[in-house]
Amino acid sequence: MIYFDNAATSWPKPPEVAEAMMHFLRDVGANPGRSGHRTAVESGRIVYAAREAVCELVNAPDPLRVAFTANVTVALNMALWGLLRPGEHVITSSMEHNSVMRPLRALERKGVQLTVVRCSAEGLLNPADVEGAIRPNTRMIVLNHASNVAGTILPVREAGRIARAHNLFLLVDAAQTAGAYPIDVGADHIDLLAFTGHKSLLGPMGTGGLVVGPRVDVSQMEPLICGGTGSRSEREEQPDFLPDMLESGTPNAVGIAGLEAGIRWVLGRGVDAIRAHEMALAQRAIDGLRAIPGVTVYGPLDAARQTATVSFNIAGMEPSEAGLRLDEEHGILCRVGLHCAPAAHKTLGTFPVGTVRFGMGVFNTADEVDAAVAAVANLAREARR
Amino acid sequence: MSEACSVILVPSTSHAIRAEKVLQRAGIACKMIPVPRHISSDCGVCVRVWRADADAARRALEAAGLEIEGICDA
Ligand SMILES: Cc1ncc(COP(=O)(O)O)c(C=O)c1O
Repeated sequence: MIYFDNAATSWPKPPEVAEAMMHFLRDVGANPGRSGHRTAVESGRIVYAAREAVCELVNAPDPLRVAFTANVTVALNMALWGLLRPGEHVITSSMEHNSVMRPLRALERKGVQLTVVRCSAEGLLNPADVEGAIRPNTRMIVLNHASNVAGTILPVREAGRIARAHNLFLLVDAAQTAGAYPIDVGADHIDLLAFTGHKSLLGPMGTGGLVVGPRVDVSQMEPLICGGTGSRSEREEQPDFLPDMLESGTPNAVGIAGLEAGIRWVLGRGVDAIRAHEMALAQRAIDGLRAIPGVTVYGPLDAARQTATVSFNIAGMEPSEAGLRLDEEHGILCRVGLHCAPAAHKTLGTFPVGTVRFGMGVFNTADEVDAAVAAVANLAREARR
Repeated sequence: MSEACSVILVPSTSHAIRAEKVLQRAGIACKMIPVPRHISSDCGVCVRVWRADADAARRALEAAGLEIEGICDA
């Protein structure tokens, strides 16, 4: 079996991830931040260690400004609903996942103004187009760091410079990049970094978070969810400090324990080494697939400008059929269709049919890429008959 | 012994863990304990230090930019 669905969620996970979660369940178990006894404090320390690991990975200065959430979708909603008000303007790209696009469309119905800057047919964003869309009432730029459809990397650092120059917030959806591509919230001028734990950070599902930068005054931020935090229990109002303000309800501490182990594994291997490995896989897949008659590959076609996610189609074969046959006849597990990102597919010209997507990860090998390319060549040959 | 101690009150458990790390780095002995009942009705934790170290602790935490709610005798 070849697992090429890492863009949806990574698998396998390093053994340390399951071990950390077993340790938490078997030996710790208590509610972090809710009691003062020894295992509650130990649980709190485990969660805190994960905040530190996130900071180390993205070069953020303050572990207390890392709020854990169930996934990047919740983190994005917290930032968008928390900061945007009716009458304000927000800019995004046409390569976004629905986890950005849907909250923005919902906010639009509440009176927030939205500009979707069009990307090229390769999915590339011209930073000048972002700057050109700025209005006097613009508050925020929201960008996908890399497309989950074609892997295209968006110019976050340039957007950050623009955001800084115009005193806007930059919110980045790092679902596809955290752990797989270098991120430096300082150098990239990222004010709000939303990440998910279960992809390239190699943690379990149900983990993610929001890194809140020093330019964001949290007193201006409306918490999306209010409730118990274990702090200021004498008060009936939501705490106004991070991370508690954004962390109501018992957290997924067992998942966060696994997330910490995943991030530590990534830090041990090194993001640059992971990136180099994945770039080699991506270029091998792009070159191999493009050489097959009848196969169209989407995106920049250049591993230096994308992640290890490669989208393609086979002439004469629906993505759904290709996906089923890759699974059943070749043991290759990938994802087909629209990948929760209709805007991105419209940009790439693959809407509404979608594509076949190979999402490669750190544990995949060149041999697996070759086997998958051979399988696609097989299907393409049959489709031509 | 408890007469010679002070407790540093912080907003949350996460702050207490951060405070502990800052103090350890500054070479100040400390321990995280449940907030004594007579100080606050809150259910959280605080950080106990020797009373003689209380001022140094406050300065170290301020230098680290960590929000504290107060230091009182334990
Ligand atoms: C770019 C992007 N944003 C958001 C998401 C949503 O991630 P999650 O389901 O973990 O919230 C994904 C993945 O599904 C993604 O690829």
